[in-house]
Amino acid sequence: MDDTGIHSNEIHVGASRTLGNARLLEAYRASTLRLYTHRLQAISEVPGFERLCDRAREVKREVIEHLDSYLAQFADNVERHGGKVHWASTAEEVCRIVVDIAHHSGAREVVKAKSMLGEEVEVNHALAAAGIRAMETDLGEFIIQLAGERPAHIVAPAIHKTREDVSELFVTHIQAERTVVPEQLTAIARRALREMFQKAGMGMSGANFAVAETGTVVLVENEGNIRMCTTVPRVHVALVGIEKLIPRLADLGVFLRLLGRSSTGQKLTTYTSFLTGPRRPGEDGPEEMHVIMVDNGRTAALADPKMREMLYCIRCGACLNTCPVYRKIGGHAYGWVYSGPIGALVTPELVGIGQARELPFASSLCGACREVCPVRINIPDLLLHLRSQAQEHAPKRQESLLPERLMFRLWAWGMRHPLLYALGTRLARWGQVLLARRGWIRKIPLFPASQWTKGRDFPALAPKAFRDRWKQLRGE
Amino acid sequence: MGKPRVALFITCLVDQFLPHVGECVVRILRRLDVEVSFNPAQTCCGQPAFNTGYRDEARSVAARVLDLFDDADYIVAPSGSCTSMVRVFYPELFADDPARLRKCTQLRERFFEFSEFLVNVLKVEDLGASFAHRVTYHDSCHLLRELGVEEAPRKLLRKVRGINLVEMQDYQLCCGFGGTFSVKFPEVSVPMGEDKVQAASETGAEYLVAADGGCLMHLAGLIHRQGLPLKTLHLAEVLAQQEKH
Repeated sequence: MDDTGIHSNEIHVGASRTLGNARLLEAYRASTLRLYTHRLQAISEVPGFERLCDRAREVKREVIEHLDSYLAQFADNVERHGGKVHWASTAEEVCRIVVDIAHHSGAREVVKAKSMLGEEVEVNHALAAAGIRAMETDLGEFIIQLAGERPAHIVAPAIHKTREDVSELFVTHIQAERTVVPEQLTAIARRALREMFQKAGMGMSGANFAVAETGTVVLVENEGNIRMCTTVPRVHVALVGIEKLIPRLADLGVFLRLLGRSSTGQKLTTYTSFLTGPRRPGEDGPEEMHVIMVDNGRTAALADPKMREMLYCIRCGACLNTCPVYRKIGGHAYGWVYSGPIGALVTPELVGIGQARELPFASSLCGACREVCPVRINIPDLLLHLRSQAQEHAPKRQESLLPERLMFRLWAWGMRHPLLYALGTRLARWGQVLLARRGWIRKIPLFPASQWTKGRDFPALAPKAFRDRWKQLRGE
Repeated sequence: MGKPRVALFITCLVDQFLPHVGECVVRILRRLDVEVSFNPAQTCCGQPAFNTGYRDEARSVAARVLDLFDDADYIVAPSGSCTSMVRVFYPELFADDPARLRKCTQLRERFFEFSEFLVNVLKVEDLGASFAHRVTYHDSCHLLRELGVEEAPRKLLRKVRGINLVEMQDYQLCCGFGGTFSVKFPEVSVPMGEDKVQAASETGAEYLVAADGGCLMHLAGLIHRQGLPLKTLHLAEVLAQQEKH
C-alpha cells in the first residue's frame, strides 16, 4: 500500500514504531552520523565558510523579499529560451498540468528524477490514476517506490533501508537475483532503469535552483539519472517551488559550494546540470521543456513576516542529520514528506497548522539545527512561533483532566503571586510525603508528571525551599 | 568603589528542587566580595508557558520579572536556560510593548548566567575550590547555543584542585530534557537522556556536571531509575567545594 495523506498529528505512533525497531534505529543512527561527520570534514576545508553562509542568507533574503519581480524575470527568461511556463497554486493543479502535458505528448511512461516537490504534490499517484506509469530513477527513490513508502530523509530518501532490505525489495518486486553486495544491487537497479529511460516519453525533475537572470533550472545529483531524465525523453517537465529562485548565475557559486558540503559532505556533486530551455538545432536534449512554478502554500508562508524565513531553505538536509530527535524517531514519524527540524516548519506551513500541530512540539529546541543551517534559518525560534500558533488549534488527544491552556493559566496565576507560589509548593511538600522515598518519586499518577515518571524518577521537592533558607543565609 | 551588588534570580527549579545549588552560589559570590541579595517576590521566568506556546500566560509572568531587580548592578541566575529566556526571548515576548521592551533591554544588559558572570564579568577563574574526582561537563543547549557560553564553565572547572576533567563523546549533544518536551515526548526524551548518561559513563567520570537544573533533574532521574553509579552535580556545587583541613 502506498503511503498518502497527512499523518503528522500521529507523530507519537510513528516515533514509537522507529524507537521499537532496533534495526531501524541503528540504520538512522549510522547514516545520520556518517552524513554529519562528512559535512564537518567538508566545511572545515573551506576558509570563510561562515561568510559563505552569511552571503547565501543575504541572497535568499533578497529573493524572498522581492519574489514577485524575480518570478516574472525567471518566467520571461524561460520562455525567451523556448520553454513553457505554467503556474500552479495547488497540488491538484500541478498534477492536472503534468497529466495534461503527458497526455498531450502521448507519453505512457514517465521517468522521474528525485524531487521533494513531486513527493509533496503526489504526482506519481495522479499519473497512475491517469494510466501513466511513473518510475523513480534516483536509487533511493527507486527503492522507496518499490517499498510503497515516502522519503525518510529529504536528501537520502532510503536512509532507513539496510542493504538486506534493498535486496529483499529487489527480489520481490523486480525478480532480481539475491545479493547484498552494494555494487551488485546498484547494477540491478541500473538495469531496470536503463530500460525505462529508453521507453519513457517524458522526464520529470525538480529544481535545486532557478536562476532568474537566465531562466536556467539548476539540478545537482550524483547518479546521472537526472541528466538522463531531463535530456533523453522528448519532453522534460521541471517542478519548481517558487522559493527556489536565485537572482543571478553568479550567485550559484555560493550555493553550490554550500549545498554539496552541507548535505553529503561533497565539494560538489558528481553532476551539476544547467537547463536553459529545450534543445536548440544541432543540440541534444528534449524537444519541449515545461517549467511548472508551484505555490502550494508557499505564498501563505511568505505573507507571514516571521515564517517567511523558512523559504530560504535549500533542502540540504543538514538539520536532519544533526537533530537528536530525528535520529531517534526517523523521517516517517513526521507523517508527511518533509522530516526533521525543517519538516517541522515546512509541513505546518504548507498543509496548515491544524493538520500538523504536533510537529513543532517534537523538538527539544536544542538549536543544533540552526548551527548547521547553511542559510542560518533560526529553526528553534520559528518552532516556538509555530507552537504559539498551534495552541490556537485544540489538540486531538486530551490526556489530562484539565485542558492544557487552563493548566497554564492556573500556573501563570500562581507564578504572578509569590504567596500563592509559596502556598502551592508547601501543599505539594505535604502531598509528596505519600509518594517520595529517600528524595525520589517513582510514579506520579497525575498528568503531565505521569509522563515524566514513565522512564525517569522524579526528584522530590527539597525539604526547605531556597527562599526559606535565605532567611538564615542572609545573616551568615 | 563599593562592592558590586548582585541580585539572585534563583530560578524556580533551584528554589524548589535544588536549594543547595543556590546556597553554593551565594557562598561563592560572597567569597568574591560581592553583596548578594534575594528578592522573595521572584518566582519563575515564564519559560514553561513560552516554550509550550502560551505566550499570553508567559508574558504575564515575565512582566513581573522586569520590575524585580531595579536596584541591582547585576542579576545572576544559576541556569543558562532561564538566562536565555530573559536575554533572548523576552525581547520577542515584548516586541509589541515599547515600555516593557525598554525595561527588557535594561534588564538583559545586567542579567548573567552564573559561570559567565564569574569569568566574563568578575574576571575570576580560580575560586580556590578543591574536588579530587573525575568529572565530565555537559553543555546545556540554551547556555551553549543561545548564549554562546562554552568555555566559561570549563575554565572554572579546570582551576579546581585535584579535579580530572574529561570530555565525553558528543558533549554538545542535547540531553533530551527540552522543558515541556520531556513530558510531551517522553518516549524520545528518555532515550536521548540514556545516550547522554552512557556517554558520560564511558568516560569513567564519577560526576556529570551541568549548569542547568532542568538537564540535571532529567539526567539524575534517569540515573536513579536505572540505579547507575554516576552522580550529578550543578557546576556551582563543584566550585563551592573547599579543601578540607
